[in-house]
Amino acid sequence: MAQDMPTQTSAVPGTFPALVLHHAKVRGARPAMREKDLGIWQTLTWSDVERQVRALANGLAALGVRPGEHVAIVGENRPRLYLSMMAAQAIGAIPVPLYQDAVAQEMLYVLQDAQVRVAIVEDQEQVDKMLEVSDRCPDLSFIVYDDPRGLRNYQEDQLLAFEGLLERGREHASAHPAFVDQAIAAIKPGDAAAMFYTSGTTGKPKGVMLSHHALIDRALAIQELENLTDREDVLAYLPPAWIGQNMFSYTQFLVTGFTVNHPESPETVSIDMHDIGPTYYFAPPRVLEGLLTHVMIRMEDASAIKRKLFHAFMRLARRVGVRILDKDPTVGAWDRFKYALGNFMVYGPLRNALGMSRVRIAYTAGEAIGPDLFVFYRSIGINLKQLYGSTETSVFVCVQSDGQVRSDTVGPPVKGVDIRVSENGEIQIKSPGMFKGYYRNPEATAESYTPDGWYRTGDAGYLDTDGQLKIIDRAKDVGKLADGSLFAPKYIENKLKFFQHIKEAVAFGANMPEVCAFINIDLEAVGNWAERRGLPYAGYTDLASKPEVYELIRDCVSQVNADLATDPQLAGSQISRFLILHKELDPDDDELTRTRKVRRAFIAQKYAVLVDALFQGKGHQFIETEVKFEDGRSGKISADLKILAATIYPANTKKAA
Amino acid sequence: MSQGAREQRIGNTILDLKNISLAFGGVKALTYISFDVKEHEIRAIIGPNGAGKSSMLNVINGVYTPQNGEITLSGVRFSKMNSRRAAEMGIARSFQNLALFKGMSVLDNIMTGRNLRMKSGVLAQAFRLGSAEREEIAHREFVENIIDFLEIQAYRKTPVGRLPYGLQKRVDLGRALAMEPRILLLDEPMAGMNIEEKQDMSRFILDVNDEYGTTIVLIEHDMGVVMDISDRVVVLDYGKKIGDGMPDDVRRNPDVIQAYLGASH
Repeated sequence: MAQDMPTQTSAVPGTFPALVLHHAKVRGARPAMREKDLGIWQTLTWSDVERQVRALANGLAALGVRPGEHVAIVGENRPRLYLSMMAAQAIGAIPVPLYQDAVAQEMLYVLQDAQVRVAIVEDQEQVDKMLEVSDRCPDLSFIVYDDPRGLRNYQEDQLLAFEGLLERGREHASAHPAFVDQAIAAIKPGDAAAMFYTSGTTGKPKGVMLSHHALIDRALAIQELENLTDREDVLAYLPPAWIGQNMFSYTQFLVTGFTVNHPESPETVSIDMHDIGPTYYFAPPRVLEGLLTHVMIRMEDASAIKRKLFHAFMRLARRVGVRILDKDPTVGAWDRFKYALGNFMVYGPLRNALGMSRVRIAYTAGEAIGPDLFVFYRSIGINLKQLYGSTETSVFVCVQSDGQVRSDTVGPPVKGVDIRVSENGEIQIKSPGMFKGYYRNPEATAESYTPDGWYRTGDAGYLDTDGQLKIIDRAKDVGKLADGSLFAPKYIENKLKFFQHIKEAVAFGANMPEVCAFINIDLEAVGNWAERRGLPYAGYTDLASKPEVYELIRDCVSQVNADLATDPQLAGSQISRFLILHKELDPDDDELTRTRKVRRAFIAQKYAVLVDALFQGKGHQFIETEVKFEDGRSGKISADLKILAATIYPANTKKAA
Repeated sequence: MSQGAREQRIGNTILDLKNISLAFGGVKALTYISFDVKEHEIRAIIGPNGAGKSSMLNVINGVYTPQNGEITLSGVRFSKMNSRRAAEMGIARSFQNLALFKGMSVLDNIMTGRNLRMKSGVLAQAFRLGSAEREEIAHREFVENIIDFLEIQAYRKTPVGRLPYGLQKRVDLGRALAMEPRILLLDEPMAGMNIEEKQDMSRFILDVNDEYGTTIVLIEHDMGVVMDISDRVVVLDYGKKIGDGMPDDVRRNPDVIQAYLGASH
């Protein structure tokens, strides 16, 4: 069989549509995409992909989409939406993926800003949002939907079924048979390939324009670094509007030519991951944390023998697992034997339960990862590594190399990237993956570069002695307490969030004499904890206000304090008081970004009464908050929140961490 | 959905109930009740506790035999219905107190709804003969479509007893749908649900009505839901019919307000 050996593409064409044609020619019979439908995995080969892209590209042209215009893509991970992105690029148009869980008003901004011509959306939910704002988007002439369910009686002229688009494409193709090939030939690597709106922790989102060249260059650099081949299996499960998802399931997919698998629905991701067993895996810390919490909860419910076995082998893994993964020759033979036994009895089954049996390379990025969390995955033999990057840099700036992995750094610069650190501690870079600019916002583009042409990442950090980059916090978030000692809120929050009972934390303290924190409990973990104690509760708000839960969280906070006390820089920023919020922080209420980062300033403003009460040392505080439901309506919830003090430890730098 | 398009869908009378009376010993559950159900409509039966709503459904699908009155289903007249015949004529129902097989998976529970439509014999099924296997694959595909429709793919293999109540209700609906009913009787499909689950369930009911063209008769306590999704409403109180009409008309009917919605308005 000619195609039986894994192959790596060395010389690839310089644009995405040319890549589609390339793979159809080189590995036409290989699976390009799989999707689980009615419980069965269905495969699209590269030849199928090319055929569909041609039809769709013709269809978009028939709808009047011209080169340089924008096509919005809204939905979960569906092959048809990815095919639509390829089709848009094939005719020189620019796909703009939108966050599928954004409310209509948020979408309105992007639709207007990007003057979107055609929106290709998943289902009725997204169609409804588009129709809600379409009268304010004069440029939006068509809304194409994939799933017709519930749309039978919609009369709007702008609506077009996906089959209708394909039909128009076939008509267009028979009238202009050479159209697509000509269109593809006209695209230059320097042209914009896609636009991503950055969620932004402050201000309006900005459209980041990335060229074919920038994206493809970065994907090639990683293909070379990690020795990726067309035999990789990837699971597409993160929001398509996020650059990280796009890089792993679209850019690298088209560059390296591996297989991308689409889950049946967002709820079935863990089942589908188990089915597929991806070899190349990407997860933000949040997802890894969720998986770990899930495992721990299931272990707590297991029988006593299993629990003992699990904990004993996990202790061993913590001691030698990472060293064995890093091929450290100093690990003794007896430990290696025990680890091999553990691999058979615990780690292997655990990797299988996580769907990570075949993972060769796993990345995490997007946020700092808790060291314990990071070590957990590595210790059971999963090659989890950190990377550093952003939308503006086509993701890859730094990636850890095999065997050189530490939890507090993000690795050395990837091939082609130069890094320097400014006097105020900000990381600045030069890279072939840099963006073309913010769409219609030359001021913001100019502001993001230094006068001598380096890109300002906005992150504070430094290059370690071994050349690895270490990130502390966002440069603008790192502050000082009133006594001048260092205050890195995210560092504290991350420490809190590592506890399985804490889902979200917000630390306040800049220019204040002490540090206080808001806590969101993890409903699943704490709920399970409460159940085992026979503690009844009615819902999040009720559970969060239980004195027992407060005590549980107080223990966690005190442990963080004990840990902070060992750090000479941060001993001053121990948490003196905390409260448990009465509602979960939610992107719909603008408290988190769509990538679920806390918007600290917004939260401080919205809950100013609570912040004041914390710093004044009150025992409780009444609060009423407006909440937005998923259907766009709003309501109010109120609660009288207790405030508790945590144990403060004397600075003790001698104690081993 | 535009109102015009909906009204066009509604066809002729499919189920007609005339002077139905039902008594258990001295207790009169239903007294001379008459109403009709048109094809493709969503017909709600409302009323206070003990008004006779569930009894009404049980009369329609033949669990109870009324002492008086007649039922006309698709032009065929019955003085009494039996449940087997009701099922064969395309009446399916879901239950107020779930009657699922708790230890069986979601998939198997819904498969039981296909029972009436399985033609191959026990032996053919046991030995997976070609015809039986083809039949099972066809039924499985039908059931998978329902699972997809109700968005319960993640629970396909989960025993029903382990699912939260809202999801069990969905499985119950799925099993009823597996019968490919012409008329679907839903007994308090939203009892015990939170707002979000109610919204989901409302959407499923509207979608079933719309996509499969199924006629739906439902009992529900949540007035908001009833007024939102039903085409016509019949109101019972102490076994008597006290109102019948469009949701808005019923809402304005003084007897109904008195009996059910509370006196003040």
